[in-house]
Amino acid sequence: MKKITLTTFIILALIMSVFVTGVMAQEQGGTLVFGRGGDTVGLDPIQVTDGESFKVTQQIYDTLVDYTPGTTEVEPALATDWEVSEDGLTWTFNLRENVEFHDGNPFTAEDVKWNFDRWRLEDHPYHIGGEFTYYGYMFQGFPGIIQEVNVVDDYTVEFVLSEKQAPFLNNLAMVPFGIASPEAVKEHGEDYFKNPVGTGAYTLEEWRQGDRVILKANENYWKERAYLDEIVFRSIPDNSARYMELQSGSIDMMDGVSPEDVESVESSDELKLSLRPSMNVGYFAMNFNFEPFDDVRVRRAFNHAIDKQAIIDAFYAGLAEPAKNPMPPSIWGYNDNIEPYEYNPERAEELLAEAGYEDGFEFDLWYLPVPRPYIPQGKFIGQAIQSYLSDIGVTANLVTYDWSTYLDKTEHQEAPTYMLGWTGDNGDPDNFLYVLLDKTNSNNAYESDELHEVLVEAQKTMDHERRVELYMEAQEIIHKDAPWVPLVHSTPPIALKTDIQNYIPNPTGTEKLHRVWLEE
Amino acid sequence: MINYIIKRLLALIPILIGVAIIVFLIVHLIPGDPAQTMLGERATDAALERLREQMGLNDPLPVQFWRYVKDLLRGDFGRSIMSNNPVSTELAQRFPATLELSFFAMLFAVLVGVPAGIFASIKQNSWFDNMSMMIALIGVSMPIFWLGLMFIWLFAVELGWFPPSSRIGVGLEFVPITNLYVIDSIIQQNFAAFKNVLHHLVLPAVALGTIPMAIIARMTRSSMLEVLKKDYIRTAFAKGLKKKMVIFKHALKNAMVPIITVVGLQFGVLLGGAVMTETIFSWPGLGKYLVDAIYARDFPIVQGGILFFAGVFVIVNLIVDLSYALVDPRIQYE
Repeated sequence: MKKITLTTFIILALIMSVFVTGVMAQEQGGTLVFGRGGDTVGLDPIQVTDGESFKVTQQIYDTLVDYTPGTTEVEPALATDWEVSEDGLTWTFNLRENVEFHDGNPFTAEDVKWNFDRWRLEDHPYHIGGEFTYYGYMFQGFPGIIQEVNVVDDYTVEFVLSEKQAPFLNNLAMVPFGIASPEAVKEHGEDYFKNPVGTGAYTLEEWRQGDRVILKANENYWKERAYLDEIVFRSIPDNSARYMELQSGSIDMMDGVSPEDVESVESSDELKLSLRPSMNVGYFAMNFNFEPFDDVRVRRAFNHAIDKQAIIDAFYAGLAEPAKNPMPPSIWGYNDNIEPYEYNPERAEELLAEAGYEDGFEFDLWYLPVPRPYIPQGKFIGQAIQSYLSDIGVTANLVTYDWSTYLDKTEHQEAPTYMLGWTGDNGDPDNFLYVLLDKTNSNNAYESDELHEVLVEAQKTMDHERRVELYMEAQEIIHKDAPWVPLVHSTPPIALKTDIQNYIPNPTGTEKLHRVWLEE
Repeated sequence: MINYIIKRLLALIPILIGVAIIVFLIVHLIPGDPAQTMLGERATDAALERLREQMGLNDPLPVQFWRYVKDLLRGDFGRSIMSNNPVSTELAQRFPATLELSFFAMLFAVLVGVPAGIFASIKQNSWFDNMSMMIALIGVSMPIFWLGLMFIWLFAVELGWFPPSSRIGVGLEFVPITNLYVIDSIIQQNFAAFKNVLHHLVLPAVALGTIPMAIIARMTRSSMLEVLKKDYIRTAFAKGLKKKMVIFKHALKNAMVPIITVVGLQFGVLLGGAVMTETIFSWPGLGKYLVDAIYARDFPIVQGGILFFAGVFVIVNLIVDLSYALVDPRIQYE
C-alpha cells in the first residue's frame, strides 16, 4: 500500500511538474535581436514611409487607437473610448489618464492637438523635418479633411472633419500617427527623427545608423511593462546572410525569409516559422489604352491562362493564396461568393478566338525589378506568366526598369501590361478598391463609372453593414470587367527561434513586441 | 615638394566643380524621382504632385542647380531626402566603416600578395609559381558575393570560428567616437570590444582583400621578373652578394613602382565602397549606402557622396605619386 502511494505520488508530481512548466508564467527579461533587410530611415513616424522605420517607431510610440493583435480591428490605446456625431463629421475621443511620455511630461489632450496641428498646418512652427507624407496621403493634403482639433478638457479631444471619412478610425490606428512629446520635438527641431520621445513600451537607447537600433523597456509604461528588457534591430541586407546569422544564433528572429529557405526552417528543431496574415495583393494589370487589352474577352482569356497555384508552389514556397479579388480575405467586406476564373487554357484560347486573336499577338510584359512582399521574385514570376501565355499562342516580351523608373512609367500608363501589388495601410476595403481601381486612380486606364459610383458612396457611408454591401458589389463589378489578373495574397514568413513566445504578426506589416517573451 | 602638393590640391577645385555639374545633371535627368520612391506603390498623381511641390522638385532645373551651387559654396551639402540627416553627417558616419574595412583588406592583400609574388618570381615556373598564379587567377575571377556567402557558411555557421557579419557583437559596452571601431576600442581601453571588433573584421577583410591580393601578387611577380633580368642584378650576384640582399634590396626596390601604382589604385577602388562585401557582411559602409541612395533618387546624398569620392580618389592618387619618390630617388617633384 505504501509503495503504491509513493508511486502515485511520484506520478502525480511528474504530472504536476509538466503542468506547471506548461503554464509557467511569462518570463521577464532578455534581449531579442531582430534581423531585417535594411536600417530605419527615421524615428519620427510621420516623416517616414518605409516598413523598417515603422517596425521601430511602433515600439516607441502609441496611437490614439490601435489594431487588435493579428487583425485590422480597432481597439482603444491612448484613447479609451470615442463617439461620432450623427452627421459623421465630429469625432470625440476620451483619453487615458496617467500616461507619461518618456521625457516625463504627462500626456493630455493638448498634446494630441499639438501633434495633429504640427502635421496638418503648413504654417505651424514645427511643420519641419520632412514632408509629412502619410498625413497628406491619408487625410488628403494639408490641412486636409481634419478641419479643427479642439481641446474639450484635459482628457477629451474633438476632431471636426470637413467631409465624412468612413475609415477615419482605422486611419488613426496607423503607425505614422504615433503621438510624440511636443517638448522633445521643440527641443530637437530638424533632428527630432534621431531623438524620438513617445509614450510607448520601449525607449530609444542608441541608434547606430546603417547598423542597428537598440531599444530599452520603458519602466513607466501605462500598460504592463514589456517582458523583454532590450530589443536590438540589426540591418542585414542580404537574405541568405541573414538566414545564416539566424542559423549561427547571432540573431533571434528575422523577416524576409527567402522561399528556398522555408523548408530548412521548418525542418529545424531550433527554428519555427510564423506567417504574417496577408494584407496584400500581387497582380498582373492590362492597360486598356493598348490593343487588344481594351477587349474584355482578351482580359478574361488571360485570367484563364495563368495557373496561380503552380506559381505559388514554385515561387512562394506555398506560402500564399491564389487571389480572385483585388483585396485579401483578411479585410472585412471580402466577397467570397465570387467564382474565380479557373485555370483553363482551352477556355482562354476560345475567348481569344472569339475576340479575333486565334493567331495570337505580341506585347510587352513588365516585370517587377525589386522583391516586394507580394511578389518576391518578379523576374521568375514574369517568366512563368510568359510561358503560360505562350501556351495559348500569345507572345510576351519581358521588360523592366529600375524601381523608381518602373513606378514612374506605370503611373503614367506607359506599360501595356505590368506586374505590381499593394500592401494595405489601414485595413479598410477603400484602401484597396478605391486606391487601386477607381477611375481617378487606376494605372491601366480602367475607367468604370459604375464602379466609381459604388466606391464613392461607400466612402461617405458611416453604416458598416451598408459599406459591406457596397464593397461586395464593387468586387463583382471588378470581377466582371477583369482589369487585372489578381495573382496572389502572400503571407510573408518570419523565422524565429523556438524559444520566442507570443509573437503575433499583424496583417498591417508591423506589430508591438511588448508581449513577446523568451523561454529559458 | 610642398609646392607640388599645393598645386595638386588646387587642381582638385576644377575637378570637383566638373564632377558636381555632371553628377547634378545625371541624377536629375534620369527618370524617376525621390517622391516616387518614397511613395512607392502609393504614388498617386495627387500625392506625387503634393510631395514634389514640397520638395522643390517642381522648380525648373536651372533654379534647382543654382540652389545646389549656392549651398555647396557655403559648404552645405544639403540634407538627405530620405532621412533628413545632413549629407555631411551621413557621409562622416559611414566613411569610417568603409575606411576601416578597406585598410584591413589592403593589409591582407599586401601582406599575402607581395611575398607570394616575390617568391613566385624567384622560383619561376616551379610548382609554387604555377600554383600561386593559379590561385591568383581564381582570386581575380571570384564573384565576391559567392565567396562571402561561402566564408560565412563555412567559418561562421559550420565551424563557428568567426561571427557571420556586422562590425561588433550585441551587448558590449561600447560607444562609437570616431566610428573607426578599432581605434575607438583602443581609446576606451576596452579590450573585449577591441578583440570583438578585430574578430568581426577577419572574414569581410579577407573576402574583400582576395581580388586585390591576387592582382598584387601577379603584378609583383611580373614586375620582379622584369627586374631580375636586368644587368645590375647579374652584377650584384657576380659581386657575391647574398641572395636575400639582392632580392630585397636591389630587385624589390626597383620593382616597387608598378606595385605601388596597383596598390594605390586598388585602395582607391576599395574606398569607393565595396558594395557586395558590405551587403553580404552587413557592413554599414558607404558603398551599399550610396547604391541605395541612387535607387531611392536621394539626390543630395548621391551628389555629396560622389563629390566626396572624387576628392578621396584624387588624394589617394596624390599619395601614390608622392610615394614613388620614396622608393625611387630619381623621381622628384618640383
